[in-house]
Amino acid sequence: MSSPLSRDEVAHVARLARLKLTNEELDLFTEQLGAVLEHATDMQSLNLEGVVPTAHPFGLINVVRADVVRPSLDHQAVMAMAPDVEDGRFAVPRIMGEAP
Amino acid sequence: MTLPGDWEMVVGLEVHTELKTNTKMFCGCANSFGSQPNTNVCPVCLGLPGSLPVLNERAIEFAMAIGIALHCTIAPSTFHRKNYFYPDMPKDFQISQYDLPINSNGYLDLPDGSRISVERAHMEEDTGKSTHLGGSGRIHGADRSLVDYNRSGVPLVEIVSGPDIRNSAQARAYASELRGILIATGASDGRMEEGSMRIDANVSVRKPGKPFGTRCEIKNLNSLRSLQRAIDYEALRQIEVIEDGGVIRQETRHWDENTETTSTMRTKEEAEDYRYFREPDLVDLDPDQVWQDRVREAMGPMPAQRRRELVGRFSSPTDAQLDAIEVVIDLSLDRLVMTAIDEKVDPNLAVARAANELAGGLGGIANLTSDAFTTTLRMEEAGELSATQAKAVLGELLAAGGEPRAIAAAMGFEQLSSDSLGATIGELIAQHGDEWARYCEGDEKLAQFFIGLVMKLTKGQANGKAVIAELQKRR
Repeated sequence: MSSPLSRDEVAHVARLARLKLTNEELDLFTEQLGAVLEHATDMQSLNLEGVVPTAHPFGLINVVRADVVRPSLDHQAVMAMAPDVEDGRFAVPRIMGEAP
Repeated sequence: MTLPGDWEMVVGLEVHTELKTNTKMFCGCANSFGSQPNTNVCPVCLGLPGSLPVLNERAIEFAMAIGIALHCTIAPSTFHRKNYFYPDMPKDFQISQYDLPINSNGYLDLPDGSRISVERAHMEEDTGKSTHLGGSGRIHGADRSLVDYNRSGVPLVEIVSGPDIRNSAQARAYASELRGILIATGASDGRMEEGSMRIDANVSVRKPGKPFGTRCEIKNLNSLRSLQRAIDYEALRQIEVIEDGGVIRQETRHWDENTETTSTMRTKEEAEDYRYFREPDLVDLDPDQVWQDRVREAMGPMPAQRRRELVGRFSSPTDAQLDAIEVVIDLSLDRLVMTAIDEKVDPNLAVARAANELAGGLGGIANLTSDAFTTTLRMEEAGELSATQAKAVLGELLAAGGEPRAIAAAMGFEQLSSDSLGATIGELIAQHGDEWARYCEGDEKLAQFFIGLVMKLTKGQANGKAVIAELQKRR
């Protein structure tokens, strides 16, 4: 049986996720991810006529909170997490392109 | 503007509006514009590991109100993660509604009678705000950027119109009417200059009856004026490219306010791959009829209805009056105006004073009660205040509030009561016997002569109509 996932597809997803993979890792993950997908394709052998798609294991809907302000984090503590700070803001290197 | 030849433009608008909630979409941080940078942030909106989003009930209600106002169907909806990397988005994904938006299939009727379809109005979260340092302040040429995450996670609704708009004036009318609706629902303050309402325009051109052309998306439209100009520019640019034998590439273009041109921001040669998938930390949203009805019942009238009601108070409004009515509706001054008209103030006067004097002092509009507005206009109609004085009283009411009669007295306007006006006119008649005799013989032009003198003596505070009445009484 052919792999449900090609090596190129894994390389593409890795690029989107900004992951640098070696050739060995690409082979390994193609095989491992393929096994996961193969498991999912087992579902396709079932007769699911009339079954509503489920995207969440909980039968909950409309989980909300009241629109009431809660304390935010201390500014100093927040900025202490930043690699670089300028003018109370997170300083980042030059951005290479516009936001989507 | 008309396009050359038989070219036709096709425009659809995507309008993002920030919602006027107290807190952000998924956390309890304050949603407030203008705070010190990075002070309204927490693990959720900073995307720290292990934090979990919880939906803001009010944000959902605003989204529903927008949907109801736009005649949308409110349906069960879900949230997805839109994955991409960008410094203003610390989680590396934006939570947005994707294939199942809360609102779909609505429409918006414009004042000119045309109807623009609304494909969807879905919920999503805003990103942080970047400031680019070095260079022109735009991203290109900057050497670094600073990020403030106060805006990260602020609730947004994105309203996507169908490709139904056919000229830039119609695009402007749609955006303007939509802005009025967003304000009327209480969902948004509609402030384009602060970025709380942002518009992207999809523009293409075609020959009549032909399929849609390739579209370009224009960003950075910060005012209704920019929207209109950018669309006209872009349509002409595309026509020129095509007529010169070129092809339009699908791309995102940036509107430059200074040069009034659009330029390529980003081409879409490679289809975006955001790896949308269901946000596993949020459950489905399915507002029942009771909740929807509660939102519907709490909604006030929309601009179209308010416009109809106000226009209905005029027997046959002139174009100038219709323009003034539009200003009144646009600035939400119609409640003040309607109250005054209900108190028997002349509709024309009420609309004119609102569209001019009140519009000029909106910053203080909270100081002005409808009682004070009505009283001032009635004083003007009764001749107790001249037009100039009434405007001054309104100015003072906007600046500091108060009671119109007390303000008029404090400004010395009461001295121009009919007694003092009568005395002034008596003196002038005595000093200008010849002119008075000619006026008495029927030379009406001399009324202006006396009005001029009265105005000079009273430094313009007299009421012209009252002067004429006094002159006629004595003739």
